[in-house]
Amino acid sequence: MDIFLVEAIVNGLLLGGVLALLALGLNLIFGVIDVVWIAYAELVMCGMYAIYWLHTYYGVPLPAAAVIAVLFVALLGVLVHKLIIAPILGSAPINQLLATGGLLFFLQSFATLLFGADFRNVGLRLPIIEVGEIFVSFARLLAFGVALVGMVGLWLFLKRTYIGIAIRAIAQDREVMILMGVDPQRVYLVTSAIGGGLAGLAAALLVLQYDVHPSIGLSFGPITFMICVLGGLGSMIGGFVAAFIMSQIIAIGGFYTSIELSYVLAFLLFIVMIFVRPQGIFGGRS
Amino acid sequence: MLQVDGLTKAFGGFVAVNQVSFAVAPAEILGLIGPNGSGKSTIFNLVSGTLSPTAGSIRFEGQEIAGRPASEIVHRGLARTFQIPRPFRKLPILENVAVAAYFGRNGRIDRGTAVERARAALALVGLPGDPDARTDGLGAAGLKKLELARALATQPRLLLADESLGGLDHGEMQQAAEMLRRVRGEMGITIVWVEHIMGVLMKVVDRVMVLHHGETVAEGLPADVVRDPRVIEVYLGRGHAGA
Repeated sequence: MDIFLVEAIVNGLLLGGVLALLALGLNLIFGVIDVVWIAYAELVMCGMYAIYWLHTYYGVPLPAAAVIAVLFVALLGVLVHKLIIAPILGSAPINQLLATGGLLFFLQSFATLLFGADFRNVGLRLPIIEVGEIFVSFARLLAFGVALVGMVGLWLFLKRTYIGIAIRAIAQDREVMILMGVDPQRVYLVTSAIGGGLAGLAAALLVLQYDVHPSIGLSFGPITFMICVLGGLGSMIGGFVAAFIMSQIIAIGGFYTSIELSYVLAFLLFIVMIFVRPQGIFGGRS
Repeated sequence: MLQVDGLTKAFGGFVAVNQVSFAVAPAEILGLIGPNGSGKSTIFNLVSGTLSPTAGSIRFEGQEIAGRPASEIVHRGLARTFQIPRPFRKLPILENVAVAAYFGRNGRIDRGTAVERARAALALVGLPGDPDARTDGLGAAGLKKLELARALATQPRLLLADESLGGLDHGEMQQAAEMLRRVRGEMGITIVWVEHIMGVLMKVVDRVMVLHHGETVAEGLPADVVRDPRVIEVYLGRGHAGA
């Protein structure tokens, strides 16, 4: 096999890890609260700016800035639920889409107001590692590893703690869970904080590879949403698998054609899937 | 234990429950019967907090609970089962019940205690308490047992049992009725039991109340209620009332 193709596949795999992390957060929120946070990737942008700001202006070491960013975006997740989602939770889904869509534009505009439209980075240059004849970015490898650890951590939380079990159970049957004594508002807040925290973690991993700017969310938001739909909205395993399918389409498609055309192929697959299997590969909600 | 006064629920112009009043004494089993659409399930939804009443009062152990959140009502010691079992299919049987044990007491117990209580509830209804047993293999009777175990795991003092016999064969019905007797006898839990299958219910309950079009038609001892002309009319039609 062409060594450059192998390299493309490996890079696709590494990209898939971060995309899976993003899809997990969005799916978790949709599965439990039944709301699609259209502005999810903009929370990632907020986290990236937080790290940039803390590190560049205050000299906070990157690992510490990353931890603060995770907590900050988790708090943002709680605020999004309390201020935007909770008041309209019982209204038509289109209202919730419009509200989180409005938040997307608000956060983009607010970031432009604070930081301008410039591309900024934390100034870190991580090495390229040579494995055999393949060259792999250490930043991507680190991002993949940390994303996997984050996903395993979330899996253990959902599996081993009662609030985690409640989150899984309320995603299956909200009414019954309430009649077991679970306060749904508490579960929604915890879920929003976890969803925000995952966006914060993704921010910490992406800021190592990409410049931050007010529109960075557009690079990841649509693809994350497509992954969730492809895997089956609300299906966390589906999202995980779909993230790697999409990342391989982008990576291998990019190898044979161009990176731009590979995104076109990915979007085309999404459109075809909407017609053929709207409930997604793993049969979530269509 | 439970005092319901003037309970009314209207959905727009349709009055599902109209001025219904009843009381349940501690450790009593009250049967609630009536044809489809008579308001039985709506009363359960109102008492358990799933619906808020249009008018009336629901007092549980002296405290007003009408319109309170359903989760808070569970914490106060009132649990319900569903006519059609609704297990969490992705969770093992033990976790289905343990999660009810944990949150039913508002998270004030530790994990070990929750699992212990879940196992006790499963043992009472005759389901396996090992951590790997799944809900997939459960038939109608098994799912009804799981439903009951989940409600019991919340440690209620009052249980609202919704059609516990539906979908069961004759032998399973007798078992289910015996189980409700044991729940009252061994645990001292007060029960309000909604049922369609009157023959079995009448042998278990202390008193029975008959509903029709959201209103109380008759109330009293089972032996008296089955001879009540108004009840015969509700179930068999006007021509049979005097027969």
